[in-house]
Amino acid sequence: MSEDVNLFAQQEANRRHSRWLVIGFILFFAWLGFGGDFIAYLATAHAPPGAYHHVFPWFGIVLTALGAGMARYSFSTGPVNVLKSTGAREIVDAQTPTEKQLVNVVEEMSIASGITKPHVWLIDDPDPNAFATGHDESDANIAVTQGLVAICSRDELQAVIGHEMGHIKNLDVRLMTLLAALVGAVTLIADGAGRVMFNGGFGRGRRSSNDRDSGGGSSPLVIVLFIVWVVSWILAPFITRLLALGVSRKREYLADAMSAQFTRNPLALASALTKIENAAEPTRSIKGGAAHLCIADPLGRPLNGEEGRVAELFGTHPPMPTRIARLKEMGYEQSHQALAGAPVTQASA
Amino acid sequence: MIGIVLLVIIAVAAFWFVGVYNSLISLRNQVFNAWKQIDVQLKRRHDLIPNLVETVKGAMNFEKGTLESVIAARNQAIAATQSTTQLPSPQQVQATAAAEGQLSSSLSRLFAVVEAYPDLKATGNVAQLQEELTSTENKIAFARQLYNDQATVYNTRQQQFPGSLVAGFARATPAQLWEITDASEREVVKVDLSLNAGK
Repeated sequence: MSEDVNLFAQQEANRRHSRWLVIGFILFFAWLGFGGDFIAYLATAHAPPGAYHHVFPWFGIVLTALGAGMARYSFSTGPVNVLKSTGAREIVDAQTPTEKQLVNVVEEMSIASGITKPHVWLIDDPDPNAFATGHDESDANIAVTQGLVAICSRDELQAVIGHEMGHIKNLDVRLMTLLAALVGAVTLIADGAGRVMFNGGFGRGRRSSNDRDSGGGSSPLVIVLFIVWVVSWILAPFITRLLALGVSRKREYLADAMSAQFTRNPLALASALTKIENAAEPTRSIKGGAAHLCIADPLGRPLNGEEGRVAELFGTHPPMPTRIARLKEMGYEQSHQALAGAPVTQASA
Repeated sequence: MIGIVLLVIIAVAAFWFVGVYNSLISLRNQVFNAWKQIDVQLKRRHDLIPNLVETVKGAMNFEKGTLESVIAARNQAIAATQSTTQLPSPQQVQATAAAEGQLSSSLSRLFAVVEAYPDLKATGNVAQLQEELTSTENKIAFARQLYNDQATVYNTRQQQFPGSLVAGFARATPAQLWEITDASEREVVKVDLSLNAGK
């Protein structure tokens, strides 16, 4: 097998891809904010003395501050709210055999991943699903539905918990909350500006009149840049969302590969995903906001099942068949190279 | 001019040295911590075994040999454990691995026997103990896996050039991996103890 199916190579590839997407996201965000300031600077640079000169990049700073503020707010309240909205119940003192097994499996995975044991929550929902949330490694939560515990074998449950542990270890909660907040900030401004422009208001009046005043002096380059910038803003809510979803999908692949690293048993996750996929019911108790942290899209199959390119672009998760195929590749790779010290377990699906 | 260039080179080299040195130290502490994690789980296993033996003893009078070998293996394993404040020496890792390997294989024989007594397995106590022991076995395996992974990273870092130049100063020596020495443990002994068997 080529080396790109090795689980560590897969992890590295997904890290690299999501890093590029995040860099792209940040550059686009900077263009929306500071790019506008730069265009305004160019446009007003040759204005007569005494007229308005755009020197201080207040627009970029306001946009960045708005994004940072929203990120801070949603990060301080989000993880807890997500958990509360599902009606999850924390397992503090495991009573039934199933609860004990769940807690044991979480403990096993926290040893394998080398992080503090997260809080374990059980959601009363018959659809199999699970998600992770929390602020950092030492204060994390893993919630699973009744349905998941009911249909998964011990090894499969372990693999699903391993996936969630991967999200915790990669700080995905933080990353995705930040991106979601930035998308929110961009959408808020684009919507507001769009409404003001539509109503014939003066939201951008000052700047455009500035452009017109200095129109004689501004080069075609400035005009082209300005048009590109306005078009960017019109498309911004859409583009930023697509980029964030792209990051989300890469992080899912990464969490799958992390689970394979922790359990050294990628086939168990593959069979767990097959079971989850077959239970196509939407997970009603998990609201949309937490979708990117779940093992499978809580909305169910419609989007993730189709392998059409367009459907794929709008999914928080990669298509199930691709995820399962990658895990099987890792499993195949693994059977060819015995890993020293790997736990003695096997898929019992 | 040459003086400034020299100064910059020395400064960069010093920063690099400190960086590599500190990363070696922190890796060593991680390896040590991983080793301690194994210790914790081994202790837990040793503590669970008397319970298990007590529970199944009555029903398994004629399987005395199996039980006795579990007890003997446990006592040996306890004797092999010694607490350290440093990275374990290669001999120590090997001794612990060998003793625990013995215990693992005698335990899996016991489980295989228990499987043959459906009545015994049906009592809640045994089922619970089995889940606890399965979990402990898994935890040992995962702790071992983490230890081996981190020891490998540590060993690679100190052997690769140019990190190897700093390894001597940091007094870094290769950490011994936990290898499976017992041939019987290499075989996959699958005892299905899952609560949802058959689903």
